[in-house]
Amino acid sequence: MLKGAKKFFRNNSAAYVFLLPWLLGFLILTVYPMIQSLYLSFTSYSMGREWGWIGLENYLKMLSSDRITGDPQYLKSLTVTFTYVFTSVPLKLAFALLVAMLMNRGLKFVSLYRAVYYIPTLLGGSVAIAVLWRKLFAKDGIINSLISALTGAEDLPGWIANPKYALGTLVILSVWQFGSSMIIFLAGLKQISPEYYEAAEIDGAGKTRQFFSITLPLITPIILFNLIMQMISAFQAFTQAYIISQGKGGPVNSTLFYTLHLYNKGFYYHEMGYASAMAWVMLIIIAVFTAIIFKTSGSWVSYGSGE
Amino acid sequence: MEVGNDDMLHSAKKITGRLLIHLFIILLGVVMLYPVVWMVLSSFKPNNQIFSDTSLILKSFTLQNYASGWKGYSGVQFGRFFLNSLFICGLSVVANLAACSMAAYSFGRLKFFGKAFWFGIMMISIMLPTHVTTIPRFVMYNSFGWIDSYLPIIIPKLLATDTFFVFLLVQFVRSLPRDLDEAATIDGCSAYGIFFRIVLPLAGPALVTTALFTFLWTWDDFFNQLLYINTTVRFTVPLGLRAFVDASGESNWGAVLAMSTLSMIPCFTLFFSLQKYFVQGIATTGIKG
Repeated sequence: MLKGAKKFFRNNSAAYVFLLPWLLGFLILTVYPMIQSLYLSFTSYSMGREWGWIGLENYLKMLSSDRITGDPQYLKSLTVTFTYVFTSVPLKLAFALLVAMLMNRGLKFVSLYRAVYYIPTLLGGSVAIAVLWRKLFAKDGIINSLISALTGAEDLPGWIANPKYALGTLVILSVWQFGSSMIIFLAGLKQISPEYYEAAEIDGAGKTRQFFSITLPLITPIILFNLIMQMISAFQAFTQAYIISQGKGGPVNSTLFYTLHLYNKGFYYHEMGYASAMAWVMLIIIAVFTAIIFKTSGSWVSYGSGE
Repeated sequence: MEVGNDDMLHSAKKITGRLLIHLFIILLGVVMLYPVVWMVLSSFKPNNQIFSDTSLILKSFTLQNYASGWKGYSGVQFGRFFLNSLFICGLSVVANLAACSMAAYSFGRLKFFGKAFWFGIMMISIMLPTHVTTIPRFVMYNSFGWIDSYLPIIIPKLLATDTFFVFLLVQFVRSLPRDLDEAATIDGCSAYGIFFRIVLPLAGPALVTTALFTFLWTWDDFFNQLLYINTTVRFTVPLGLRAFVDASGESNWGAVLAMSTLSMIPCFTLFFSLQKYFVQGIATTGIKG
């Protein structure tokens, strides 16, 4: 018995020593906080103030638009986030795939082009770019100058200041950063053997046919991967909306991202119990969408020989 | 002869097609880079020429924006923000490299009880949204007295909470030839010896990729810095920039653009000097970027 234990220890000790930092981090900084925030989500916790168990009240508050007991802004933040995720992610991936396909034609200078197209991704998450965006799309910004120089149009709106267009500028900012998805697509396209295309050419298949019958099916696993990663990070977008709306999600809540609302509730109004409940709902939403994509992927993702 | 003509026509068509693709890619690239180039050039223009001036030509050149921006925010110079950011990023890189490479060695190279379980958990935790842990972590750090210090940013890196990098390194460690380990084991090398003498030296490229992305993401990580740092002297570049914009934005855009330009220099430098590691890192593991 003791011998067995000794042997077990000898076989496993080194591995667990190396694993220890991650394991500690996972338990102390992920598992414990997750349980804690689940607990807090059923309370009126607020740092420093008196608090107690309130059951499902926080969750019901999200659904209610009553000005006192409910949170009328919650549904707005959900709509804003969904609109953002479901417009920016498909557009970004479509751009990334289109440009990757153009670059995959054995062109010269591909590595230079790739570098140039990656620059927006490199810088896009920074405060500097968000600040720049605010300036570009302002009423007297250069986007308007360009539009009026090209079309002669006058009296253009201030895109950032107009609730109709403010979210659109954030979508553009996200799509602008298609570089990393493009590099992943490009790596995937390089894996497809040219023989497939040669065979298709002999069979008389045109370019469009080749795209739908060879390229697209063979890169579906990469589309799946990009889709999930981009979706998860789009749900969590924060910095750009914070900077562009100066922390408020305006104008008229039009850029009130879920994370921004959560941050304001938790750290500005100190409703930390409520913010915890919001975080859990967000986790569930992301999990559900990821699961849906995975479940349906069986019907559109092919794990063929091209991998 | 006719066949030859056809061939020539065909290849002429092909060349034109290629030129069109080049042209399209270059034009799109110009459109994409225009905002960044405009920003850099405008930072050298006098304040009254910046607005609505779409041209990329400098009619007059001034460093006034840099001089006025460098004065910083509420008595703290911008240089201080840079030093703070560099300090955080440097420590984060070291901490992340140490912790993630250790975990990756364990997952990628060693056999142990519960490995499949922990590996599965590790992969799932990559997809977890950070906000579920934000509030309890804040409460915890607060009880440690860590708020308004850099510890809440650095300590998690020391505990490999950026699990994504563990995955990146596992992929790489797995691809190293196993014969080396066996030879080393026969020569009496322990698991620890193999880590330090074989795996770490060979994992160089993956470690560079990890270091790069850790640096960039910490440099631009506005959310955590906003959350945990309050005092102006401890501000990092993103916080300093944001405070500066809110305080002086509309009246002094030139200085804002100048400091924004400066804030991008570290990322640019790293990118252009280590480009190949970027592409490798993104292509092999799908870094979200």
